[in-house]
Order: sequence, then structure tokens, then C-alpha cells
Amino acid sequence: MPTIYIDDQPYEVKEGQNLLHAVLSLGLDLPYFCWHPAFGSVGACRQCAVTQYQDENDTRGRIVMACMTPASDGTRISISDPDAIQFRENVIEWLMVNHPHDCPVCDEGGECHLQDMTVMSGHNYREFRFKKRTHRNQDLGPFINHEMNRCIACYRCVRYYRDYAGGDDLQAFGAHDYVYFGRKEDGVLESEFSGNLVEICPTGVFTDKTLKRHYTRKWDLQTSPSVCQQCGLGCNTIAGERYGTLRRILNRYNGQVNRYFLCDRGRFGYEYVNSEQRITQPKISGSQVSGEEAVASIAGLVKDKTRIIGIGSPRASLESNFALRTMVGANRFYSGMSRTETRLVGLVREVLQQGPARSASLLDVEQADAVLVLGEDLTNTAPRLDLSLRQSVRNQPLQEAENSGIQTWNDAALREYIQDKKGPLFIATPAGTKLDGLATGTYRGTAADIARLGYAVAHALSSEEAPAVKGLPAELKRLAATIAQALKNADRPLVISGTSLQEETVIKAAANVAWALSSPEQAADICYTVPEANSLGVSYLADAGVQDAFQAVQKGEADTVVVLENDLYRRAATSEVDAFLSECKHVVCIDHLETRTSGASEIVLPAGTFAESDGTLINNEGRAQRFYQTFVNEAGAMQESWRWIREVMDLNKHVDVSEWESLDDVFSAMLKSVEPFTEMSDVAPDAQFRIHREKIPRASFRYSGRTAMKANVSVHEPQPPEDPDSPMSFSMEGYSGHPPAAFTARFWAPGWNSVQSTNKYQSEVGGPLRGGDPGIRLIEPTRKSTPKYYRDIPEAFATRDGEWFAEPLYHIFGSDETSSASEGLARRIPEPYVAIGSAASESLQLNSGDRITIRIGEEQYTLPVRLYAELPDGVVGVPFGLPEFTGFALPAWTQITGAEDN
Amino acid sequence: MERPLTQHIRPGKEPMTLPEYEEAGGYQAVKKALKDYTPKEIQDLVKDANLKGRGGAGFNTGLKWSFVPLGDDAPHPKYLVCNADEMEPGTFKDRVLLEGNPHLLLEGMITAAYAIRADVAYIFIRWAYQLSRERLANAIKEAYEHNYLGKNIQGSDYSLDMHIHVSAGRYMCGEETALLNALEGKRANPRAKPPFPQTSGLFGKPTIVQNVETLCNVPGIVVNGVEWYKGLSHSEEGGTKLYGVSGKVKNPGCWELPMGTPIREILEEHAGGMQDGLNFRGLIPGGASTDFLVEEHLDTPMDYNSITQAGSRMGTGTMIVLDDQTCPVAMVENLEHFFAQESCGWCTPCRDGLPWTEKILHAIEHGVGQMRDLDTLSAHSKWLGPGNTFCALAPGAVEPLQSALKYFRDDFERHINEKRCPWR
Repeated sequence: MPTIYIDDQPYEVKEGQNLLHAVLSLGLDLPYFCWHPAFGSVGACRQCAVTQYQDENDTRGRIVMACMTPASDGTRISISDPDAIQFRENVIEWLMVNHPHDCPVCDEGGECHLQDMTVMSGHNYREFRFKKRTHRNQDLGPFINHEMNRCIACYRCVRYYRDYAGGDDLQAFGAHDYVYFGRKEDGVLESEFSGNLVEICPTGVFTDKTLKRHYTRKWDLQTSPSVCQQCGLGCNTIAGERYGTLRRILNRYNGQVNRYFLCDRGRFGYEYVNSEQRITQPKISGSQVSGEEAVASIAGLVKDKTRIIGIGSPRASLESNFALRTMVGANRFYSGMSRTETRLVGLVREVLQQGPARSASLLDVEQADAVLVLGEDLTNTAPRLDLSLRQSVRNQPLQEAENSGIQTWNDAALREYIQDKKGPLFIATPAGTKLDGLATGTYRGTAADIARLGYAVAHALSSEEAPAVKGLPAELKRLAATIAQALKNADRPLVISGTSLQEETVIKAAANVAWALSSPEQAADICYTVPEANSLGVSYLADAGVQDAFQAVQKGEADTVVVLENDLYRRAATSEVDAFLSECKHVVCIDHLETRTSGASEIVLPAGTFAESDGTLINNEGRAQRFYQTFVNEAGAMQESWRWIREVMDLNKHVDVSEWESLDDVFSAMLKSVEPFTEMSDVAPDAQFRIHREKIPRASFRYSGRTAMKANVSVHEPQPPEDPDSPMSFSMEGYSGHPPAAFTARFWAPGWNSVQSTNKYQSEVGGPLRGGDPGIRLIEPTRKSTPKYYRDIPEAFATRDGEWFAEPLYHIFGSDETSSASEGLARRIPEPYVAIGSAASESLQLNSGDRITIRIGEEQYTLPVRLYAELPDGVVGVPFGLPEFTGFALPAWTQITGAEDN
Repeated sequence: MERPLTQHIRPGKEPMTLPEYEEAGGYQAVKKALKDYTPKEIQDLVKDANLKGRGGAGFNTGLKWSFVPLGDDAPHPKYLVCNADEMEPGTFKDRVLLEGNPHLLLEGMITAAYAIRADVAYIFIRWAYQLSRERLANAIKEAYEHNYLGKNIQGSDYSLDMHIHVSAGRYMCGEETALLNALEGKRANPRAKPPFPQTSGLFGKPTIVQNVETLCNVPGIVVNGVEWYKGLSHSEEGGTKLYGVSGKVKNPGCWELPMGTPIREILEEHAGGMQDGLNFRGLIPGGASTDFLVEEHLDTPMDYNSITQAGSRMGTGTMIVLDDQTCPVAMVENLEHFFAQESCGWCTPCRDGLPWTEKILHAIEHGVGQMRDLDTLSAHSKWLGPGNTFCALAPGAVEPLQSALKYFRDDFERHINEKRCPWR
């Protein structure tokens, strides 16, 4: 380990770092702007200047940029040398030459890295007396606000947006003190990760436009550690509330999962919590009633345990699902996913549990050096994975660059040296994906053909054991061989697949490939995406889906259903759901937003959203993570679903829930009942946890002049609500130091008010959080060798005369149920359409924009056509899950019944 | 006196065609290099001759080439880039060579490319040098036709392709790494060194960037040898140099003279001295980004070392003369305006510091300066030093400023105290 000397003190640092990274990791303060732990050094801003000495005798030294200087053994620097201090102050002064006096009106104020560095530098007096340069701002869409006068030209935005996230519609224009960062013309930023700009930008140039609509200062927010509920990846977030409205979502660093970045659906898809569509009061037959009345009514309905079933939800917490299961009994509890999806998610679990391949975290994906994607349009089904893959394709070229002598943190130099080289990435999907631009090779086919390709790759890797595919065309055989070769030669190969195409054999084929790549010495990585935040979690609790529930009622086995946080019309054909709901004598629905199901329910209870509840979720990796309540919503009677169910059980006394006072109680009951869950007993400390006998505050500490918690109502301070479910308080009272990682309600350190303060929570900047990243991996493979290969290879896809096979197409904005009810995000949701390939376009004489009538499931729809040239013959693409465009299963055979006169 | 760089230039006439140039002895260097020398031997020759880069940095050219990997394991393609982006204010010497005898440049380039076994050569030429570009394009066409470019040059196993790239027009592209970025189609920001272009240059491959005049020196060295080259000059630094003079002298122009010719000689014998009625006040010896020298320095030899000893830089060797009827403050304001405008905008001190100096100088020149402004200007001179900024543009920009404050401080103070420019 190299030793460096800072102001004559020796320090041991990690090998291969630059001085800035080393100094920050030591916990010392050195200002910087353009460096970022996720994308290294470029040396542009000149803020991190230190004085470097040749040896002990050199007393003069010279100024160097810490971010561009290797922290090699024997390096001697001074941070406190007067020249270095003066120069760093000068840099701030130069930045302030043009920086507007916007602090009082700037959204960034209070969490502004420029503010922090200005204070740190000691600069406080304006010498400059001339005019400042100004810019015209652009409308960049519903998510990002643009205020270019504030720009300090650190170039982070374009480095992140273009180099890291692969976007191309944000760029640097102009030169000298007139450089401009924006688009060629006003317009919505196209990258699905544009939202990270608000945290990347050290000033208020790029800010959260959704926050701006209900702006509040960071220090007035009440925040809690949360988990994003908008897809299956479980990125960690920090949710912030004031005056009963959820204001914004910020990234919460987790070194294994999302690290520094979120996707736009997660960051901006929270506003449904504030939506007019919220169910706020219990209702019976459409009329508002008190909670007691509603609970009593339900208790009456469920008195006969043999008549009731419960339909759970892949978007509800484990605790809520478990409570329902407890109430109705495990054999009367349904997963809430469709029958098909329940089977698919169960299969995913089976593969991960069996092994030998191990489930990959997002960090593992970033570190893979050869990837095969079977069936998933990741940018839309698991967006944060797209960002990880974009980094993974650099790994092989980076390794080849090792003999160039260029340090790993020297970002610009490495990118120059590597140019456009990429490691192997193969993507097999029905339609084109945004990641195709990075791919070594792509394959377009239906799910069946994608599965066949996967099986062929596995056979090429392990011809003795993995089954061969009969009748594979020569071209595909060659592709399979190429893919197999690339994966075999890699150090960390990875297979990614998922449930999106609703096809078992795709999942099985992916398993075969990953297993063929595994050896007793090293398990290969496999990553499956699942659609919702708790798909994997609920699959532990039920292996029957909604269609099975429908059957039970049909057969007369039950007549009362309790539906938990689920719109059944998104899970099954409309007519099936209609029939089910009318067959049921009684329908109880517990949910947050009004849906078709809640509209058809006799009794409706208002459920708390993630921001109003605590709970545990299991993500696609098999990682159990806890999300904590941000605020108590007093605008209605909402509470956690499990609390409603507990109240019912308590009335009936069928189940002894006298011990169920808090989340911990339900959680431990659940762990006793579900054997695999015992592994997650340490997912977070329980509600009795204290630090120096203090709780952990949800609000930031204020020295003086704090506004009352509900100043919009009264300046008198109400008693803060109790929180029986966690060691956190709904106030600023409590321990003001760093809590255990699972309870990090905000990142802050003295002098570091911005998100850069995350550095202070890591022992090595960019590494795990101190004490370990939160969350517990539940699934480690049991087998280490001799996999039991799957053998059911599907037939090749065959077209049908007069019919079109519709594969589902996913949309980051639109395919997810709850985020689609968010104001800003809703503007990005496309109208329903049908995508056709070039062959279909020719044979049907259709162009983009023409309208056709298509029968999908039971209904006909008249929709505009989109031309996705690569769609295979006989295949069309239908978007999945768009608002008011559900009620049919995909994939499905469809008929195009009319092309309107266009 | 031998003038190997300009001997074949016929002012007012078309440059020599390739056959004419060959007849006059041109392209001997290429033939000799390919036939008699290995690439390494050419490098050593040029190194021993102590040919210093004529773009302004003055680095030993042969030594620079020696860092390019040679041999079978070397990455390919390798590149030779000629920096014909002459935009240093006051500098016009490369233009003389480009318009006057493009074949000399080509000969030098092909020889240099061979010395590093480059596969492709580019001439990165300033947008405004349109006549030069035309003449270069013709010369390249001729060179291909006569087997000096393309496959198997003159029957050897060495092949070279050459292209002209016209710059979009910014001064920054004269910085070698910014040039490489511009050539790649990226923004013309410079790169940090290390890694040097010899390791990771154009498109990440080994590259040498060299000034026009430097490359024009190469053929002479290869054909005539080290002793000859050293014998051309009066000083340790061998060869001849193109010197230029602009400003209010009787005969502004450009002359090829032995390296180390004293300033006074260039000024008085070749440039004819100051115009009638004007006296000498000072000069900047090597283009806008060099320090002022004054009367006491006039006997200094114009070579890299001597000028550095005198407190300035030889830079490009083209002098701008300040007379006693021209306001020094206005001159420096003009220069800082140029530098502030040409800043690429990458690093803070240059991007935000230079416009501040320009605004201050403008205020002083217009009678609204303050004494504390001089402290600010000095501070900028001090802090915009090499290593503090990302590249050499800002350190160069403050050279005339700091020396003007040293030698013409009284003029600055008069502007401030009298609240006007005394020269207007």
C-alpha cells in the first residue's frame, strides 16, 4: 500500500488512485468540481489544487491538480500551503465572476456544491465590478429545468450524459466564457437517465422541474430512506416531504445496487402519491365511512374463513402480502400476478436457488466483461440496468489498455485511447432496443426463437451436457458459436434475461447458458429482470396466480375476495375480470389509487404508498431491502395495508394478532412462517434501535429559526407523530451523526450540504457504505457444479396466415402502473400504437402514422402504426401496460381487420 | 549565405512544380532517407543536429520522435501531423513557406513520417490560409503522381498517405493536443499530458505533431548532415530561422537568417529601423504570447536560449514592434482581447480570468481604471502560470501583460490618474 505525505503526515492509501480520491477517502476536505467518483478525472476546473514537493528538502513546491496526480508511494503534498489555498480561493473567485447572485431564488440553495466549495475556499469579497455574461435558457421537457447563467462550466453534465449514459442530445456549444450546455434546440431530453443531471450538476443549472412545481428547501424537507417501487431492480432512494405532499426523490447511494444514479421513471414517477386519484377514505358501496365501520364490515364478511380468498400484489410489501396471507390462509392466498407470470417468477427463483450460476447485482453487471441479453429491452423493463451495461462494455477494452500506462482514473485519456472499442454484448429481442448501438451483434426473433438461440449457445459451450437445438438455420448456428466463444473467453461473463416476453423457455435457455459458463471454481453471473418491486418477494408467499383465484370462485370454492394493492384489469382479460368481480359476492379492495378494480369493489380501504408506509421488498437479485415511511399523511385515513388487515384479524380473532403492534412484529411473524426469510433477519435494526439512546431524525437539524412542521396550517408546533415501526422520529430530534446505512435519511456532513456528502459515508469514496451497503442477498446457489440443464426447447416460430403474433413492447414511461399517474411523467407516455416490421409494411401497404384496426384478445382497437423495421415476419409489437390499454394478455395472436383509408 | 528554407521561393510567382523542384535538388532527402537510413538513424541525425521545434516550444525534434514506438509490436496506424494552424498574432512565417514552396514541406513531412514509420500524414491548415491550401493540394497531387506518396514510395517498402484538413478557425487548434481533438471531430479542448501523443495521439495511436517550419528544416539535415546544419548558425542552436518583423518599421517582412542573429540586426538592417518620426519603445519577440523586451535587450541573439535568458521567449521568432506613439495599454488590451476570445473554455483560470483582464484593460484605456486594477492584473500574471492552467494558452496570454506592467507601468498609472489615454 503506498504511503503519501500530506502536510508532512504519512498516510497509507489504496493502490492506483489519484490524490483527490485518496485525500477524500481519508476523510480530509479538498474542494473539487469536475471530478466524480463514477467517471474519474479530467483536470478542467482547477479547484483541487495542492502544492506538491519533490522531496523533504523541497520547501517551495509547485501547484498541481490533485485529481490528475497519482497517489504513488512517497508523494508529498500540502493542502494548507498558502499558495495552494490562495489559488483555490482564486478559482472560486473566477467562477463567481459570472455566477449570478441567485442563491435566494435558486432551487439548488442549501444543497449546492458550489455554495459548499465557496465557503470551503474562504472567498467572500467581490473584486470584479464588470457585467456578467448571460445566456438564454431552453425548455428541456417536463423533468429538467435549465438556468444557464449559473453554469460554472465544470463539464460534468456532458461527461455524464454523453460519455457515461450514452446520450447524444445534450452537448457543449460555444467557447471561452460563453460555453453553453444544452440541446441543439429546445426539446425534451431524450436520455432515460436525464434526471441524474440534477445531482451531477454542482450548481442550479439543471434542477428537478417536478420539485419546482411544489418547491421547498432541502432543510425544510422531512426525508426517509426508501426503495423505488417502479420496477424490479429496487434502487435505493431518499424521499422528501413537506406539508403533507411528497416533494421529490433523490438517489440514495447503495454500492451494490444503484450506486450514484437512478432512472427517470424512479426519480420523477413519485407524484402519484400526491395525485387526485388517491383513495383517501374508506368507502362502502361508494359512500365514505369511518375506518372502524369499514373494518367491522370486512370482519363480518370474512367471518367464514372458508369463503374468502386473498389476492396479493407484486407491488406491495412483504408484510402486507404476508398479513393478507395470514388472514385468508396460505392455500387461499394468490400472488396477484397472472398465472403465467407467477410461474415465470417462480422459475426465476428456482434457477437462482439451484445454481451453479449466481444472481448478479447491478454492480456485478457493471463489472461484467461479456454479456448476452435474452429477450429483455432493458432500457424500458429495468432501466437502471441499461446504465450498468453501458459501463460493462468498457471493461475488456479497459483491460487491454492496462499496458498503455494510462491510469484508470484518467478519464479523458482512457476514453481517447480506447476510442469506440467495446467488449462483447449480444442482444436478442423481438424489436430494436436503445442498447443495440453498443452491441457486437443483435438478433431479432420471437420469444421462441430467442430461446432456441439461447439453448444453442449453451450447447456450443457444453456440447456433452446441454441439449442441442434441432433444425437451427446455419446463420443462427454461427451466431450462437460466436456468442459462445465471446462468453467463454471472458473473465466475468453474464447472461441477462427476464419475464418480459412471458416465455418460460427464454428463462430456461438463459439458465443453461449461465450454467454452461460456470465451473466449480467460479460461478458465472446471471441476472433476471422481474416487472415489479416485489415480484420475487411475493412469489415466496404464493404459487398460484389471479386466474387460479378466478377459478376458485368459479368453482364455488369461495365468494369473497380481498384484493391487495392490485388492479386486476392489468392482470387478466377484461371479460375474465368482469366475470370474476360480478361472481364474487363481496369484493374488498385495499389500494392507493382509484382503479377499475377499486371502482368495482364493495369496500375500499385507503392504503399508504411507499412514502406513507414501511415495508420490506425483495428485488430481482433476491436482495431484501427495507423502505421507511417518509411522512404520516393526515389528508385521509391511509395507513399500511397490513395494518388494515391486522385490524380485521383483530376483530375476528381467527388469528392471534395481539402481538402485531409494529412492523417488527409482523416481520418476525413472517420470518417464523416463511423459512427462506430467516436469512433476512438482519435486513435492518429493529424499532428499538437507538444511538446513544437517541432516535434517528427524519428532518435535518436546525440550530435556530425553524419553521413549524405544519406552518401551512398553524404556527403552533403539533406533537410529532409516533413511529412504532422504526427507530426514526418524525422530527429533527435525535442523533445528528451518521446512522447505520439502512437508516440514512439524508446525506450531510459539516461543510458538505450537497449530495457530494455521500463521500463522507463511504470508507473508500465510490466503495461500499461504511458498515456495508444495506440489503441482504437471500439467494445463493445451492449447487456448485453439474447443473441440471433444462431440455424443453420450443419449436421455431411459424407465421400464420391472416394472423400476427403480437409481442409486448415496453415503455419506461407508461408500462408501469403507479408512476404513470405522476403529473410530469404522464406527459412522456406514448399513445397506444401497433408496431409493424418492414415486411408487414410492404405487404399491408402501411406507413408510420397510418391507422389500422387490430383485434387483440377480446377487443378491437383502432391504432396508429409505427414502423419498427426489424420486427420479424409475421410479428407485430403492442405496447404493454399503457394507461387504459390493458385487459389483454401478451404475447397473443392478433388479426388486423382493417386498414383505414389513410 | 545559405537559405535552405526559402532558396526556392520566387516572390510573386507560382511555386515550383514538382519536376522543377526535383531539378533544383528537391526530394533528395526522401530518396536518401529511404535508401540509406533506418528510421532510427534519421531520428538520431535530427536529434544530433539539435533542430528545435519552430512552433514556439523549442523542444529537440529528434528527441521528440524517439518516444514513438517502433518495431513490429508498435500500434498502427501511426500518424504524422503538420501543424499549419499558424494563428499566433504577429506570426506569418509558415505562410511564407506554405505559399512559397509547398514541396519543401512535403519533402520534410515524408522524411519525418518515415523516421517514425507513420502510415498517414495530415496537414492541419488554418482556415484563412486558402491560397496555401490550394497550393498544398496541388503539391500533394503531384507527389502522388510522382510516387513520393502512396504505396511503396520510390520503390521502397514504405507507404504513406497524406491528407489536408482545413481547420474551423480557432487559435486553440494550434495547441498540438487540441489540434488532435479537432482533427478527430471533437471540440478543440487540449488534452492532459501524460499520456503524450507519442503514446496516445490521433485516434489513440502514436502521433507526432510538428510545426511547418520545423519540418522544412528536415530535408537539409538529411541531405547535408549535422555539421552543415550547425555551421549555418552563429549559436549552439543550429540551422537557419525565419524571422519576421511587424509594427511601425520601415520594412516589415520575413527573412531567413542564421539562427542567433541579434535582434538589432534584424530590426535595423532588414526591417529598416523605425519609421521616420517614431522611436523604438519595445517589442515582443515571438508573437503575442511572449514578454516584451526593451532597448537594453536589442543586442540579444535571437535564439531560444538567449531570449529566455533575457526574460522572454523566442516563440515563433516573429516580432511585433511597439513605437513611442502607440499606447502600450491599448496594445496589451488588444492582445488580451484576442486571448480571452480564443480561450477554449475548458479550464477556469483562463476562461474566467482572461476576460477579466481584458475588461480591466478596457476600463483603464477608457479612463475609468483604478489603481487596484493593477494589483488584479499582477495577480492574474502570477496565477495564470504553467501547471495552474490546463494548457499554455493562458500562461502565454499573460506574458505581454506582466512585462508591460514591468516596463510600462508609468503609462498604466498615467491612464488611471489622468482618467484618459494620453495617446488619444
